[in-house]
Amino acid sequence: MLEVNAVTAGYGEFTALWDVTLTVNAGEAVAVVGPNGAGKTTLMRVISGLVPIRTGDLRLDGRSFAGRRAHEIVAHGIAHVPEGRRIFPRLTVEENLKMGGFLPASRRHYAESVGSIFELFPVLAERRRQRAGTLSGGEQQMLAIGRALMSKPKLILLDEPSLGLAPVMVLRLFELIRRVRQEGYTILIVEQNVRQVLSLVDRAYLLEVGRIKVEGRAADLAEQDFVRKAYVGI
Amino acid sequence: MDPILIAEAAINGILLGGVLALLALGLNLIFGVVDIIWIAYVELVMLGMYAVYWLVTAYGWPLPLAALGSVALVTVLGLLVHLLIIAPILSSPPVNQLLATGGLLFFLQSFATFLWATDHRSLRLALPILEVFGMFLSFARLLAFAMSILAMLGLYLFLTRTYMGTAIRAVSQDREAMALMGADTRKVYLVTSGIGGAMAGLAGALLIIQYSVHPHFGAAFGPLTFMICVLGGLGNMIGAVVASLLMSEVISVGGIITSTEMAYVVAFVIFIVAIFVRPEGILGRRE
Repeated sequence: MLEVNAVTAGYGEFTALWDVTLTVNAGEAVAVVGPNGAGKTTLMRVISGLVPIRTGDLRLDGRSFAGRRAHEIVAHGIAHVPEGRRIFPRLTVEENLKMGGFLPASRRHYAESVGSIFELFPVLAERRRQRAGTLSGGEQQMLAIGRALMSKPKLILLDEPSLGLAPVMVLRLFELIRRVRQEGYTILIVEQNVRQVLSLVDRAYLLEVGRIKVEGRAADLAEQDFVRKAYVGI
Repeated sequence: MDPILIAEAAINGILLGGVLALLALGLNLIFGVVDIIWIAYVELVMLGMYAVYWLVTAYGWPLPLAALGSVALVTVLGLLVHLLIIAPILSSPPVNQLLATGGLLFFLQSFATFLWATDHRSLRLALPILEVFGMFLSFARLLAFAMSILAMLGLYLFLTRTYMGTAIRAVSQDREAMALMGADTRKVYLVTSGIGGAMAGLAGALLIIQYSVHPHFGAAFGPLTFMICVLGGLGNMIGAVVASLLMSEVISVGGIITSTEMAYVVAFVIFIVAIFVRPEGILGRRE
């Protein structure tokens, strides 16, 4: 479904990604792990159009979307849950979800989409009229994921969803992401919690200083010293 | 001091506050979303006043139609200001952006002086003065106040009930996240600038029925509008309304008790003290 082909990208003089190639098949969950500063977040931002690529190609279902701007890529079917959640703190929970369904094609299914998200995250229904900034970290992450699902994406990008959450909440969050998977969404996830994410996904890539170093099935990788590598970066 | 006079001044203060709030909201909306202060905002209002003046006196348009003409014209000017001046320098340092809109201010002032000279032009409307409990209230001011309230209500409904309005508020909180929702930020900026222009155009129509227009009209209302925005907290909509009422009361009531000049002095002193005590504005930055 998603093909990232030999992509090089960066900020100004700095190159954050070197010749990165990665694929995600329809229905799959794929993780990108690696130490801090490896370029994981840049990779996500490249796919959603927030960072332009220098060379290489990006394809969704065979169609190139390289060079498209972020708002056009959402319309192609890629929803990005950015690092740090980035919910709109002074809008209500419901307004945040409404913004998730901003695309004209999503507006028609608003009631239905909100209903299914409230089913998935009942706590959001309770807090629908509350300002999003008043939610707990875990609830904000649920809102960020729910907001992304409002556009009924083909592929959902999750960037460090467990960042800053209490350990108990991290477990619950992974449970919820598992349920999002069961709904049939294709997922590309970046995570620091390597052990837990490997139990969630089908395949994983190890990214180090902007290059893909290892790639393989999650079950195989969990057995190798891959986990240690991902944490310490050697 | 006759209490009736003070009551009259207090009511006039509220009425003036309505129009000032309209201006402060327009300026605040643009600042909140695009992160730029249109120094030339009240100069756009001045052009709206001239538009109504000429449409009525030279072309014989009825006043309401001329007011609509002013709204339409200044909306287009707002869009042009964004496209021609702001959009090319969006990523420049804030001081450059300030200078660019400041340059526009002098351009518009000079342009108006060149075209229409420095004459003070008034519509000389024979609008009635109402007598209520011994107070004399100008119908023009009541009308301007009512129209301001309606416009603010319309803006509120737009910002809270529509997709585009909610997106405008969302962009003011996190523009990148809103791009990830599928909103073209360039379009959101343009819509915001158009609304800001429309509000300036309406304010122009509401001011020309009370005051005469001249090329330096902005010199009186411009600083007052910026002061209100800062006092209320830049980008804070409710703060802008509160600060408008506060400042217009000080000017109106203070003007009756002492003199108009003294009232302005008091207003600016209150402003300076308030900014020392609460640099983020009475109600803090943004709502």
